[in-house]
Order: sequence, then structure tokens, then C-alpha cells
Amino acid sequence: MTKYVLKRIGMAVLTLLIIVFLLFFLVRIMPGNPFPSERMNDQQIANKRAEMGLDDPIPVQFVRYLWKLLHGDFGNGTSLYNGAPIKTVLSTCVKNSFRIGGMAVLLGSLVGLLLGICAALNRGRFLDGFCTVVSILGVCVPSYVFLIFIQYNFAYKVTLLPYFFDQTKFLHSSVAPVVSMSLFTMSTIARFTRNEMVEVIDSDYVRLAESKGLYGSRLVSRHVLRNALIPIVTVLAPLIVDLLTGALVVEKIYGINGIGKLMVDAIAGEGVDYNYVLALGILYSSLYIGVMLIVDILYGALDPRIRVSAKGGVKE
Amino acid sequence: MQDNQTILQIKNLDISFRTNAGVVHAIRGVNLDLQKGETVAIVGESGSGKSVTMKAAVGLLDSNATVNSGEILYTYEDRDGAQKTVNLLSLTKKQLRTEFNGQRLAMVFQDPMTSLDPTMTIGKQIMEGMLLHKKMSKEAAKARALELLKLVGITDAENRFRNYPHQLSGGMRQRVVIAIALSAEPDILICDEPTTALDVTIQAKILELIKDIQKKMNLSVIYITHDLGVVAKVADYVNVMYAGKIVEVGNVEEIFYEPVHPYTWGLLSAMPDLDTNDDRLYSIPGSPHNLLHEPQGDAFAARNPFALKIDKKAEPPMFQISRTHFAATWLLHPDAPDIDMPRELKERIERSRKEAAKYL
Repeated sequence: MTKYVLKRIGMAVLTLLIIVFLLFFLVRIMPGNPFPSERMNDQQIANKRAEMGLDDPIPVQFVRYLWKLLHGDFGNGTSLYNGAPIKTVLSTCVKNSFRIGGMAVLLGSLVGLLLGICAALNRGRFLDGFCTVVSILGVCVPSYVFLIFIQYNFAYKVTLLPYFFDQTKFLHSSVAPVVSMSLFTMSTIARFTRNEMVEVIDSDYVRLAESKGLYGSRLVSRHVLRNALIPIVTVLAPLIVDLLTGALVVEKIYGINGIGKLMVDAIAGEGVDYNYVLALGILYSSLYIGVMLIVDILYGALDPRIRVSAKGGVKE
Repeated sequence: MQDNQTILQIKNLDISFRTNAGVVHAIRGVNLDLQKGETVAIVGESGSGKSVTMKAAVGLLDSNATVNSGEILYTYEDRDGAQKTVNLLSLTKKQLRTEFNGQRLAMVFQDPMTSLDPTMTIGKQIMEGMLLHKKMSKEAAKARALELLKLVGITDAENRFRNYPHQLSGGMRQRVVIAIALSAEPDILICDEPTTALDVTIQAKILELIKDIQKKMNLSVIYITHDLGVVAKVADYVNVMYAGKIVEVGNVEEIFYEPVHPYTWGLLSAMPDLDTNDDRLYSIPGSPHNLLHEPQGDAFAARNPFALKIDKKAEPPMFQISRTHFAATWLLHPDAPDIDMPRELKERIERSRKEAAKYL
């Protein structure tokens, strides 16, 4: 198991390096000016370029960037926030996005699992059909539509919730975005859990367990859930990253200062802010890689076929 | 050992399945007796209903099945040693699972590659039944599981105990499945094509093993199979099943040496034989009757070269031939023309009789 984990970590680090390399060069190829050309004249821009070392050969810049990155420094912005250090700006945005995203993940996957299990255990009956309808709705309707629905009904018609995000009333103003963002995850997980469970319930080994005398919750918890959970872990991973990195439109509509909004500003602002695009790209990638790493390890813990090699097996 | 004590009696079982295509009348009045310590085989083509019959007994029918009529009577001794007979079909799933599955009726399934839980060690899977039914301590259960592993012929049991199914070969997995079936000391072992998925060299070993264990534990065994070779090796009594009905029943000599039903003739003729001069392997023409449509007359008539006119009109009743031998064919009716089994089959039976006599 240790060897398996170490191997995965090694692969993850290598993948991240390759991504940083690709990102760096791609950003430099991108058209557009890193500085707000309306506010700066040519001389100022030339000075700024020299100051930030943008005139050096690109490989030299890359090594310099990598060196800084290894010390945890993302550099300063070129156009956003008047060139404030990216680290400080990013940390507020990350905090907002992660807290809201994290709650949405938790809510979505828990409710989704529950719905899926209920549907699978009541296959072909009313509850099953109900869950199917709910999950199709949740997958098809974008989260910002739900957000607008919640805003209209619970902020405008009944004043239960605030209209926009308010940093000082964090929990209260998180309800609307968390609920609307969790619906997609909930639906996906519910649908997947239901199908996986139904498949496992029909499997030969569950029939064997029944013929042993197992039934009800004991049968489900010991033989069905664990086998059904393995593939669910895989779908959950990208959903988590999507939610953590903030739903672009939801953050924009609800006025949340998060990374989704930051990404849009970095690309579509006054200039293409090289360093923000890079920093956010690296953040997204490392999140994906990190979550996938956790999934791989979880997989090993859940599925002995991955954890244990077959070398102990003797043929008859 | 008590002789001639009926332990399981299936009476007039009738089961149908709701499917998208319509109602399939899969079991059409099956009767079957199992005596204590004996081995009964149910033989038939795929879809003849042999598995469904036994699944009904252990409460593993799919949810779209309906039992229209019939009883499955099981006779056992309860904890106080009193004789009891219960209709398994009248029990709730919970009663069946807590009191009968595993500890009284156990099952060995067809495909050992898929019938073990891939995420649980085989040791745990064997212990599960014991911990559930026998109220044993973990240590006692483990000791017993190791014993069972040795009993089913798995060497290096201590290490195997901690293995996952994927670390074992097919033959070993089937041995583990048998160990699981035996774990809570059942009276009846139902083997649903236990050797079909295994390669031929392992088949014989597994059959030997089941036979051996049957003797040691005084089990009654029901084999569900389409392999007459298996039947000849293990069975005391044979039930030949066709289109949801038992068409011929008898002890193993009667079925193999004096078969009377044309379907049994077909099955026996379709067995590969080394001493024959024929250069083709016989197969029964046509395909099994589709039970979406209720058969008119004898369900086998359309494929039966010996069919009489009445076969197309009325279903034959069971005719008795000897104390143990029954068959449902109009050929046994006193008014029927004198039709004997095909010559090739007769010669073949003669040959195998002589062959068998050599070993007596």
C-alpha cells in the first residue's frame, strides 16, 4: 500500500510540473497586452516590462518563475489590483470559493447518496421514479437558474435570505449559492448511486450473501454499499473540483468575491494579466491532481483488487 | 441415519414471470421429492425452469416472479429435536433468511468468478454465516472456517483465509463457495450447475469433493445441471425437466438404461460417445418451447419425431413404470403404438451396460 501511494504521489508531482511548463508557454503565446494600455503610455509599459523581466528570453523567465513558485510566490499582478501581490488577493477569493464550494459538495453528495440509496432499494416503485425526475431536473437546469429562482422567491417575495453575498453575514448569505450549486452534484451522485447499487444488488455475490441468510440493512452495508461506492468515488472527484473552484456565473450573479470571478477578470479585464492566469491555472490543476490523488488512494483502500497484487494467488 | 425420510417435497409448483413481452409461464406444476442423505438431479436444457424451481425454495426468485400455486414442504428438526414441516413458500423473506437460508438450505452457484464479494476476504465471507446463525465467538468461527477450508481441499488455509477472491483460481473459488455453503451446517445443499464454469479437470475434483462432504455431513443434495455426465456420476434420482414440467423421473439406472420419454432419449443420444460409429453428434431438433405461449398438448411434441396425434391435443399425464420410475408421455398409454427408443441409443445403452458390468 505504501508503495502504491508513493508511486501515485510521484506521478502527481510530475504531472503538475508538466502542466506548469505548458501553462507558462501558452500564456506567453496568448495575444493581448499584460498591461492596461488605456491607462499607461508606451514608455510606462516598456519600463514595466523591463522591471518585471518580461524582455528576457522566455526560458530564462520560466526558470525564474519556477524558482519563485517553489518558494510559494506567485509574483505580482500585471494589471489587476494595481499589481498587488497575488498571494493576498488569491487567499480571500480561495477562502470564499472553498467555503461555499465545500458546503455545496457536502450537501450535494450526502443528499445525493441518500436519494440514490433510497431509489435503489425501492426500485420500480414511486420513490425510484421520483428520484429519477429530481435528478434529471438537477442535471439539466443550470445552477444559476436555481439561484435566480431562490433569489426571487426567498429574497424578493419573502425576505428570508439576502439578495447578494455579504462577507459579514457569511453563513446566512451562503444558503442560496450553496443550495443552487449543490443541486448538480446531488443529482449526478443520486443517479450514479442508484444505478451502481442496482447493479450490485443483481450481482451473483449478493445472491450468495442472501443465500447465507443476510438481508436488509446488514446485507446493504456489508456487501452492497462498499462495492457500489468504488465507482462513485470517481465521479465525485471532478464534481468536487468544479464546486471548489466556484461556479462562474453563480459567483458573478450573487456577487461573491471568489476565484471564478477572479478568473474572468484576469482574462477579460483591461489587460491579460499573465500572472493571475498562470496562478489560477496552476491552482485549478493542482486541485484536480490533488483530488485525483486522494481518489486513487481511496480506491486502493476500498478495492482490494487494486491494493493487493495477485502475486499470492496460486493456480490449482 | 433414517431411511426414506422425505426432507424436501415440492408439490404442484407453478410460477410465472411478468416480462416486457408478456407473462412467461415458466414452471407448470412441478413435483419433486428429496429423501434425507440422497442426491437428486434436475436435468434439462437452458430455460427449462430447473434453476427457478430451486430458487423458489430458497427465496431468491426475481421480483417479477409470481408463485401461482404449489407448496415446498421442508421437514426438519427444530432446536428441541421435534419434527416440523413447513411450507417454505408461505414464509416471509425475513423468516426465510433468519431461520432457513444458510443454516438449513445452502446453495452453490454456477459461476465462482462472480459469486464471491470482491471486496471482502474469503475468511470473512466464510465466517459471516456462522457469526450470523450460530452465535459463535470470532475465534471459534475462525477456527471453524480454517477447518472448512481444509475440508474443501484448500492447502495453506491460514494464508488463504486472508486472501481476496481475485487472488484465487476458479477452482479454488468454487471450493470457497462450497465452504461458505457448508459454514452454517445445512441439511440440504443445492448445487446450481456447480461445475459448468470450471474446466474439465477441475470439474471431476469438485464433484468428488461434494460427494465426499455429503457422506461426511449426511447432506441431501440437489444438483441442477444440463450435463448428463455429472448426473451419472453423482445422482441417486434424476428428474428430467422440459418446458417447466418434469417429464421423466427415476433412479439413475432407470433413466440411463431404460429411458421411456422421447425427450430423455434425445438428451442421452446427444451425449458424446467414444465407441460410436456415427460421424455426427446427435442434437435434438428445434429449440425449447417458448413459454410466453401456453403449449397446446405436449410441449415437446413439435420437436418429437415420435409424436402421436394426441400429443398435439392433450398433455400426457404421468404414467408409472416402476415404484420409482414415472414419465409423462402418451407412448406409455395402453392404446399407444409400440414405439421403442432409437436403435443407435439402444446399442449404446447395451455397450455401456456391458462396460459397467466389467467393473461390478
